[in-house]
Parts: sequence; structure tokens; C-alpha cells
Amino acid sequence: MDRTIYGYILRHSKKQQVVLLFITCAAFPFIYLQPEIVKRIINKAIGGKVSDFPKDIFGFEFEQIPYLVLMCFAFLGIVLINGGFKYYINLLKGRLGERMLRRLRYMLYGRVLRFPQSHFKRVSQGEIIPMITQEVEPLGGFIGDAVAQPLFQAGMLVTFLIFIMVQDVYMGLTAIAMFPIQGMIIPRMQKKVNALGKLRVRAVRRVSERISESINGIQEVHANDSSNLMRSEFAGHLGRIYDIRFEIFQRKFMIKFLNNFLSQFTPFIFYLLGGYLAIKGDLTIGALIGVISAHKDMNAPWKELLTFYQQYMDVKIKYEQVIEQFDPPGMLDEKLQLDEPASIPAIPKTAAVAAQSLTFQEDETTIPIQNFNLTFQAGERVALIGASGGGKDEFPMLLSRLLAPTSGRIAIDNQDIKDWSEAVLGRRFAYVGPNAYLFSDSVRANLLFGLKHRPVMERDRDEAAKKARAAALEENSRAGNTIEDFDDDWVDYGALGADGPADADEKLIDVLGHVELTRDVYALGLRGSIDPKARPRLAELALEARQQLGVRLDAENLRDLVEPYDPAQYNSNASLAENLLFGTIVAGGLDLETLGDHPYVRTVLSEGGLLDDLLNVGKEAAALMVELFADVEPGDPLFEQYSFIKADALPDYQIILTKFARGAAEALTDAERGMLLAMPFKLVTARHRLGLITDEIRDRVVAARSRFRENLPEDLSGAIEFFDPESYNAAASVQDNILFGKIAYGEAEGPETVGRLLDEVVGELKLEHDIVAAGLDFEVGIGGSRLGGMQRQKIAIARALAKRPDLLILNGATDAMDTRTRAKLVDSILAAAPGGVVWAMGDTEQTGPFDRVAEVGGGRVLNVTENDGNRE
Amino acid sequence: MSLAEEVDLLRGIALFERMEPSKLKLLAMTSDRVNFRAGAVMMKQGDNGDAAYVIISGKGEVYIDTPGGEIKVAEMGPGQVVGEIAIMIDTPRTATVKTPEGLTALKIPKENFLRLLSSSPQIALEIIRVLAARLENTNAQLRAAVAKQSA
Repeated sequence: MDRTIYGYILRHSKKQQVVLLFITCAAFPFIYLQPEIVKRIINKAIGGKVSDFPKDIFGFEFEQIPYLVLMCFAFLGIVLINGGFKYYINLLKGRLGERMLRRLRYMLYGRVLRFPQSHFKRVSQGEIIPMITQEVEPLGGFIGDAVAQPLFQAGMLVTFLIFIMVQDVYMGLTAIAMFPIQGMIIPRMQKKVNALGKLRVRAVRRVSERISESINGIQEVHANDSSNLMRSEFAGHLGRIYDIRFEIFQRKFMIKFLNNFLSQFTPFIFYLLGGYLAIKGDLTIGALIGVISAHKDMNAPWKELLTFYQQYMDVKIKYEQVIEQFDPPGMLDEKLQLDEPASIPAIPKTAAVAAQSLTFQEDETTIPIQNFNLTFQAGERVALIGASGGGKDEFPMLLSRLLAPTSGRIAIDNQDIKDWSEAVLGRRFAYVGPNAYLFSDSVRANLLFGLKHRPVMERDRDEAAKKARAAALEENSRAGNTIEDFDDDWVDYGALGADGPADADEKLIDVLGHVELTRDVYALGLRGSIDPKARPRLAELALEARQQLGVRLDAENLRDLVEPYDPAQYNSNASLAENLLFGTIVAGGLDLETLGDHPYVRTVLSEGGLLDDLLNVGKEAAALMVELFADVEPGDPLFEQYSFIKADALPDYQIILTKFARGAAEALTDAERGMLLAMPFKLVTARHRLGLITDEIRDRVVAARSRFRENLPEDLSGAIEFFDPESYNAAASVQDNILFGKIAYGEAEGPETVGRLLDEVVGELKLEHDIVAAGLDFEVGIGGSRLGGMQRQKIAIARALAKRPDLLILNGATDAMDTRTRAKLVDSILAAAPGGVVWAMGDTEQTGPFDRVAEVGGGRVLNVTENDGNRE
Repeated sequence: MSLAEEVDLLRGIALFERMEPSKLKLLAMTSDRVNFRAGAVMMKQGDNGDAAYVIISGKGEVYIDTPGGEIKVAEMGPGQVVGEIAIMIDTPRTATVKTPEGLTALKIPKENFLRLLSSSPQIALEIIRVLAARLENTNAQLRAAVAKQSA
């Protein structure tokens, strides 16, 4: 990586910089032509004498008025040309800057991917992220100016200087007399500012580090009441930034002050000395004015140069500070990641894996692995046991090259894995550590993550999409980015053992079975919604399952456990809002909580003669809530669970009730009516047993239900997916589609019984598989946070098994599981792993099925036991 | 049956009879009505208890495990409370209750009951009074039994 910013700029944009310089120079004459033409318009065309005309231009004769017109149009033309140049130059600069910035960010990110593991212990995310995202940002603006600007301004300066020198050498020398002084003082003062700039960059990084640390430790902050400590520490860091920045300002403005003073010092000499000489008669006034205006002309580029210098210094610091952080020792060779080997041979089961005099030193005092020797065959099942801290945890990481040994080597058939491409290690080996990290994506994408190394198949695209893709990749290559398209299909189906996308899910479901995860993913599928077009079989059979479940409930005389959605009946186990909507809200426009506020809902209610009744019900319910909860503490969980009214809204309802008592519903504002309507909308008659929703109201709600659906206004069309006994509801979960009703409240063992019957129906229709496949679509959340720790570890192991590795390395990979599950998984994973297994485990009692058991302690292998009986 | 009727039912029970009406309503409101089918088991001896039940309708049969097998010790009917000990202290269910013909009960979850106690000292006093009376009753029975044995 280039140490200096100019090294970087020249390496990647020499040609473009030359082009920019050339165009900038080409624009130069036109800039000077513009005032020239103005002068002509005023002096010659308007102020000229009649006798000067007609004028002869390129053989054409012009009278005064046509001449004026000609000149004015010439002026307009020059303005356009100048504007055009400016536009074009800015465009070129902007584009160049953006591309170079993109290249730099890409390069920095690429380096993060090659950092040695140990580096992440020293630098935090909070430091690295702003470096790539923000700190390099000003570089983009600078790069476009980097070459053309200084050369152009210097060129102008020299041109003027020569111009003056030719007229009068002494005048010329006087005009630039102050330049050397400025040139000496300013950089010196700038140096101090630069040093402060470096401090500032570091201080800002520390702030981002503190923020990210506070977020990671937020639970500790709350649990220990240490927020004020954190605030105080943070304020300290901000204070340091303030001090640094303020000092920078002081110095910067001081430089500006000096600069201005020095540049005005020359005219001071001119006025004083030149004036004296002119008065004495040794110098003509005309010559003095000439010199002063020449100095003025020269001062403009000189000022530009100084500004450029300051900007350069600013950017230079930023660049060097960033580069320094992205060049840690021990970084992985780029070739090992980027170059695709000609072939990736399988590791034979008989290959000898040998750790020879292996030592790994973390720092001076920590040496987790010391003179570690172990030899086994690549196809063997090896268990590593021993206390944590004795080297058991580090060896698997060395074996998968996540750590690099300080001395000694790990060789497979006498080849040091140090020189192996990541393509070999990442495809032939699989490593699962204790921190099973999942990416924020679907379960499927996480399982396939270990199979996506290179794009294997272009996605189907129409002509327009193809063109857009080609253009995007072309731009990628201009900025030195990869031309591998993320949107293509990257899955190495062969490695999964599948023929293509069609049977990939099949194989993944097999793998789920090996880690006892099928049932969990099934539950995820059942609770999730599906796109019926993408899964027609499931959607169709879910309707069949709906029928069958009904039959079963009837057969076992359990019909009352589920109250079905009947378009002609009020569902007493659903809320009034659900009864009115009779569908699932898909998106936007409506919300069950505030349904009564929607104008269309109000219209439907009043047309159905329901509005007054429901307001009355609302009043009754609100009165009851106020009575019951008036003296319950606001933070009491009873509020959360049972009250229709939040603690802080109780007084508002008290006011509404008082108003209502005085003048019925007419006395209320629109918002207050909405608040009252919110009450009955939440009522579930079977659960709340308030006896407020009379049979008459129910009948009218059922009648309003169909009107609601028929007259649905334009803006709500598509906002609700209505319940229909004959069709699949894409907005509801698979389970709700099969139940097609509400599980009745107050039936002992009701939900369990219904769950059992549902499972039976699903089993009979052979739907489990489809539901598990649908469960693969489940989004796991950031870091897999929507799953439990055990599920995350299981998915991580499944991800490793999915690529059918020659050597599966497990390092505390089952730590989050209970003993029983762990014991079960040892057998099923060993049975499923197609090649060798190296398993660093906590418990010693599960080493039975392994071929070789190595006891590790004090950084070395203490003892190796071979179980010959297990070998085939 | 509506909330109002459940409140009446609760008022008929010694434990709750002196409770303020609004508290009683709150207790009824925060309790679930539960149906047990014919042949269901309401609670099992040895299980952790998380709720007490007030029988609204139907019949419950109380069994106790003995070395010689289960013996039926009592029958419970509407207005009676089942499992109230378990909602006051953490103790396993002391008997098994079956519902041979089905039963409907008001289920009072332990947390709700305890929260009600802690928010109202009068209720707590009332409960203490009822429990003390029961203890006195048990003591009297014990004395009578001891006197009988030594006689």
C-alpha cells in the first residue's frame, strides 16, 4: 500500500490527472478572454468614435451597432464556453475523486478481511469503522485537485512573474519579495497544526471506540448504575477533542492572519517607496499602477497555492493515519485470498496431518502453545481434551490457520498449510468455534454461507438488467473493485452434494437432521408466513390440512377447542376489531390498536348503527378500568397484562367519563371518541367476560363486516387480506392458515391438544418437509439474535457439515448446549461428517467414539490414546 | 356467566368474603375461566402449583397417593377453593384432583393473588385471620385425636 497520498494518487490516476491538467490549461485562455471582451464592448463598441467604424474582422466589415451585437454575442459565447469547461472539469474531478475514494475504501475493507486475528484484540470496531466510512471521505474531494490545481496555479504565477520581469526586473523582484518569507513561516506554523490534526483524529477514534463499547456493555451499564460514570468519561473525551480543535482553530486563524498581513505588506512597500519615488519624479505613476496591478494578479494564484497546501496537509495526515492502522504485521498474503487455484484436490483420508514443534505466542507472557507435537491421519476422528487455557482451544485455530504459529509448523502430507490458499482451507476444512456467529439473513442463507466462494451461475436477467449489470461491473473495475457480481448465484451445489438450486433445500434439511434442528426449523416455518406462489404445494395442502383438522376435532369431540372464522358468525375468541376486519392487516394504513381512529372505520360503524352502541360499551369498559386500576401502582405488571388503559392515560379517561356523564357522546371531541372506541375494539368476549358486547351488537358487527369489505376505499385496497374459508391467507402464518380460527380461551390443555392434532394432520399430509423448507426462510436477526444460543451453535455446525469437509474442526462448538444434547450430537455429527474430525471438547466422557484422544495441557500434548476398535 | 356473577361467587368464599368490592372485581377480571373436560386432571400431587381454582360448576375428586395406591379422600363442588395453599407458599401440590364429569373453574394465578396481597394490607389481614382460624381448627382436631389415643 502506498505510504503517501501522492504515491497512491499517481499510481492509480496518473492518466486522468494529466487529462485534467490538460483541460484546465486549455480552459485558461478563455477565462482571460472574457474580461477582454467586456473591455471591448465598453471601450470600443459603446464608447468608440464613429470614425473608428466600420471595423474589419476576418475580412468582414462591421458598423458600430452590428459590432456591438457581434461583441455581445461573443461575450455570451465565451460565458458558455467557460461555464462548459468548468462543468466538465468539475465532473471529471468529482468522478475521479469518487472512484479513487471507492478504490481506497475497497482496499481498506479488503485489508480488514486479511488482518491477523490478534489485531482485532488491539483495535476495536469503533475505530475501524469510522476510518473506512468517514475519515477517508475528504480525500475524494482532494484527489481531483491534487495535480491540476497546484500545477495550474503555479503556472499562472510563473507566467505573471515572467510578464512583470520582462517589463521591469526590480518591480518583479519587489512583487515577490514576501513570497520566500511566507514560504518559510507558514509551513513551520502548519507543522504544529498537523501534529494537532493527528491528535484530533486519534481522539475522535477514541470517542467512537467508547460509544461502541458502551453499546456492547449496555446491560452492565444499566445493571450497575454506571451510566453517570460513562457520561463523565465520555465528557472527558469530548473535552479533549474540544481542546485540540480549539487550538487548531487558534493556530489556523493565526496563519491566516499572518498570511493576509504579509500579502498586504508588499502593496505597503509599493505605496510607500513607489509613492516616494513617483513624487520625486524617479518613477512614472503609470509604471507604479502597473506594478500594483501585476502584484494583485499574482496574489490570487499565490493565495490559491497556500490554501491548497493547507488542504494537502490536512488530507495527508488523514491518509497516513488511516494507512498506518491498516498495515499490521502478520497480515495474510492477498494472493491466498484472491487467486483461485487451478485445482482444489481433496485431502485423502490417509494424508498425514502433523503439528511439528508448534509454538504460538500471543505476547511476551502468554504462550498458549509451546512445542506442541501431534500426528494423525486426515480421515481420523480426533478428540482434544484438557483444561481450558492449556492449548486445547488454540490448536484448532492454528490447524484452521485462523492463527499463525510463532514457530514450528502444521503440515499435511509434508506441505506447510501456511502457504495454502484460503480456497483450499475454506473449502476442504470446516471450522466451528464457540461463538457461533450468524449473519443477519435467512436460516438458509446462513447454512449456505460456507458454500459461497465464487459466483457459479449468472442469474436470469432481462436485457435491461443485463445492461445495467455490465455497466455496474465496468464501473467496479474502473475503481479497482471486484467484478464478481454479488447477485449471481454463488452456491457451490456440488460441494453440498446437490445437483442445483432445485434440490439444495433437500440437502440442507438432511443436514438439519444431523444437528437435531429439524423440529426447531419446523416450528419457525409453522409460525412464519409464506408466499403461496413460491410454495404452491404447501399453500394448497394447508387448505387440505384445514379440512382435516376440522374432521379430527369433530372426531375427538374437541370442536370447541378452536372457534373457526365463519363469515356469518361473530368469533367470541377474537377481539371486536378482528371481528370487524375479518382479515389480516398486510401493511400500512391500518393498525389494530388505533382502528377506531380511521375515518373509513368510523363511517362503517355509523352506517351500521354501531357507533353509539360501541361508544357506550367504551364508556362502560373505561369506567370499569378506572374503578379497578385507579389505586394500582402505575408500574404494576397488572396494568401491562390486563388493563385496556395505560397507567398514564387513566386521568384522561377520567375526564372523558365526566364529560360523557354530563352530555353523552356529543360532548366529546373526535380524539376522545377515538379513545373510547379503542376499548370495545380490544374486547375479546370469551376472555374478558364483561358482558358488554350483546348479541345484538355481535349481529351488527357481522353485518358491518361484509359492508366493510365491499366498500373498501381505494387507499385501503390491498391493506387487508380477508379471511376466506376456501383460500390461503398469505399474510397469516402457516399455522393460522391451518387452524383458520382462534384457539378457544379457558380450555384446560387446549393449546397443547390443538398442537398435537395439528402435528398429526401435518404428518398425515406429509407436510413437515414443506414447513421445514419454509422455516429456512426465517430471518435470524442481527447476529442471529432471534434464535437461542443453542440453535445458533447448531446452525453453525450445520453450516460446516453442509460443505462436507475433508476435515471438520470443532472448537467448543457445543458449549451453549446442555449435556444431554451435547452427548447426542457427538454421535450424530461423527456419523454425518464425511471426512476427519478434530474436536476440542470440554467433557472427557464423550471420547468413546473417537479414533484418537489427545490430552492437551500446558501448551503441549500430554498423552495420546488410540482406540483401534473404532477404526473401520 | 359474566364478571359480575364471578364476583358474587368469590364473595361467597371465606378467604375473600371481606375483600373490598373493587379488589374482588380486579381479582375476577385478572383470573381466567377454565373448562376441564370429563376425565381431565386438574392438578397432580407433587407438581408445582401456580394457581388456585374456584369451582364454578361441576365436581372435582381429590386423591392422595399412598404406598397402596391412590385413595379418594374428598369431593369438591361449586363455590369451593382448590389448591389455595400453593399460591401462598412454594410447595408441591399435596393432592391430585380429577374431574370425572368435567368442571368449570375460575383460575387465580399465583402472581396476581400475591400482588393483590402486597397492594392491600386489609386483604392480607383477612387472609391471616382465615388461616389462623383454620390452624386453630386443625389444632383442635389434633388435640381431640391425641386425647382419644391416650384415653
